[in-house]
Amino acid sequence: MTDFPVEKIRADFPILQEKIRNKPLVYLDNAASCQKPQQVIDSIVHLYSHEYANVHRGVHTLSVKATDRYEGAREKVQQFINAQSTKEIIFVRGATEAINLIAQTFAKENIKAGDEILITAMEHHSNIVPWQMLCEQTGAVLKVAPINLQGELIYAEFENLLTDKTKLVSVVHMSNALGTVNPVEKIIAAAKAKKIPVLLDGAQAIPHMSVDVQALGCDFYVFSGHKLYAPSGIGVLYGKQALLEAMPPYQGGGDMIRKVTFEETEYNSLPYKFEAGTPNIADVVGLGAAIDYLNTIGMERIAAYEAELLDYATEKAKQIQGLRIIGEAGAKGAILSFVLDKIHPHDIGTMLDSLGIAIRAGHHCAMPVMDFFEVPATARASFAMYNTKEEVDILMAGIADLIEIFG
Amino acid sequence: MFDDLRDLYQEVIFDHNRNPRNFHVMEAADRKVEGFNPLCGDRLTLFLKMDGDKIIDASFQGSGCAISTASVSLMTEIVKGKTEAEAEALFTQFHEMTTGKEEEINLEAIGKLAVLAGVREYPARVKCATLAWHTLDAALKNEQDSISTE
Ligand SMILES: Cc1ncc(COP(=O)(O)O)c(C=O)c1O
Repeated sequence: MTDFPVEKIRADFPILQEKIRNKPLVYLDNAASCQKPQQVIDSIVHLYSHEYANVHRGVHTLSVKATDRYEGAREKVQQFINAQSTKEIIFVRGATEAINLIAQTFAKENIKAGDEILITAMEHHSNIVPWQMLCEQTGAVLKVAPINLQGELIYAEFENLLTDKTKLVSVVHMSNALGTVNPVEKIIAAAKAKKIPVLLDGAQAIPHMSVDVQALGCDFYVFSGHKLYAPSGIGVLYGKQALLEAMPPYQGGGDMIRKVTFEETEYNSLPYKFEAGTPNIADVVGLGAAIDYLNTIGMERIAAYEAELLDYATEKAKQIQGLRIIGEAGAKGAILSFVLDKIHPHDIGTMLDSLGIAIRAGHHCAMPVMDFFEVPATARASFAMYNTKEEVDILMAGIADLIEIFG
Repeated sequence: MFDDLRDLYQEVIFDHNRNPRNFHVMEAADRKVEGFNPLCGDRLTLFLKMDGDKIIDASFQGSGCAISTASVSLMTEIVKGKTEAEAEALFTQFHEMTTGKEEEINLEAIGKLAVLAGVREYPARVKCATLAWHTLDAALKNEQDSISTE
């Protein structure tokens, strides 16, 4: 822990200097969205100040520069997740849009009445609702693999649900409500043995661990920039090239075509086939800058540091009487969801806010998880690479104090 | 510690949260309506016993945060013996108080409910305080058997 440059990192995030209700900000809502380093902010200011124009459209200097920046970011993403080609990196608004895109193109084309889509009981609403919509449209059936009281996937049940009817497996890599990291290697191997494609929702996993889509062997991987120290409004859909080639386009418009007449339209090649219209140029550039920033630190080191932070927080939390941790999986990312005896999470959230501590209180877009644990909501502290043990101490002292006040 | 919060979490609120009043199922209720705030999962069932247009008894069940529990507990106390029109007028006053039009509040009419005035400084929590009243409103209008604040 000592060699992790957390103070240097903190100095790069201007918002961490903010005072909230006259107290130094302790930002522990990173799973909802994390803060941005100056380098990312500067990259956007620089683009708009010196290099901005539309991309892929003009022969003029600025358009060429902006296109270079935009496509340069695509290369950064490709390398960051070790995709085989930049053709496999599609820019979208976020994980939600990526999942909807796959549901309405790949899945709609390949799934018919009676077929099954397999998810888990710990999914975010964005990996539930698009499939329910698809099932409504096609008559396919959504199957849900259960979890146990630790918040872990019951793998044997998952395997039982993987049948000849299963046409797609879509699972969360790391759960936002519980912190659970799923055994995705095993899941992918089992699905592959039955030639079933696998989509991983990497929205939470991506900022916490190094992800190699080729080593994983997943068919699709999706994530959002805003949880990866990059701007909101930008995200990534990774898909294996052969699958993307075979998929129909999602939206029609400029950029996604090669030739248009009123009689027929020829679609553009990858990745542009899926990027209709003027894209979110500046935020793509910001995403590239966030990846550059993370590369200077290294995802392995970040993962090791955050693991220590989570262990420390978990140990402290367990010493608080009346606190129950929701989600105690063996493999877990830096998320601590909890409830307190007789104190509603919203009261916890407001009380901690008065101490400058930002946590999330609610159902975390995972209402089925709340139902499973029979709680209306949880309080959730989620950590990032810029959080410290001192901040954990402030959180735990705050919780102890509010328990006393509620008496 | 928590000094900033004294306006929001007054002792009366802690008291009603610890010991909610009229917290029971009413078997012979004339009106029964469920209120739900999907944002925080607060859920309550409100029971009313009516005599003509007069509320002669009120009770509730459910679980929620301290603000919503105290609000519904206080509400069941204050509306007993009120006519529908009087209860609706209170709702209007309460709504104005919690959304910030303080000057116009008739403090006498609103009585104990004034302890909830602090929520207006916490926009994220206003719905916690008003869920009870939206549920009452639905019960009085006999509109539906389930309402949601979203
Ligand atoms: C596990 C998981 N999947 C998907 C999403 C959706 O991400 P976004 O809202 O950025 O599209 C989130 C965000 O909260 C998430 O935590």
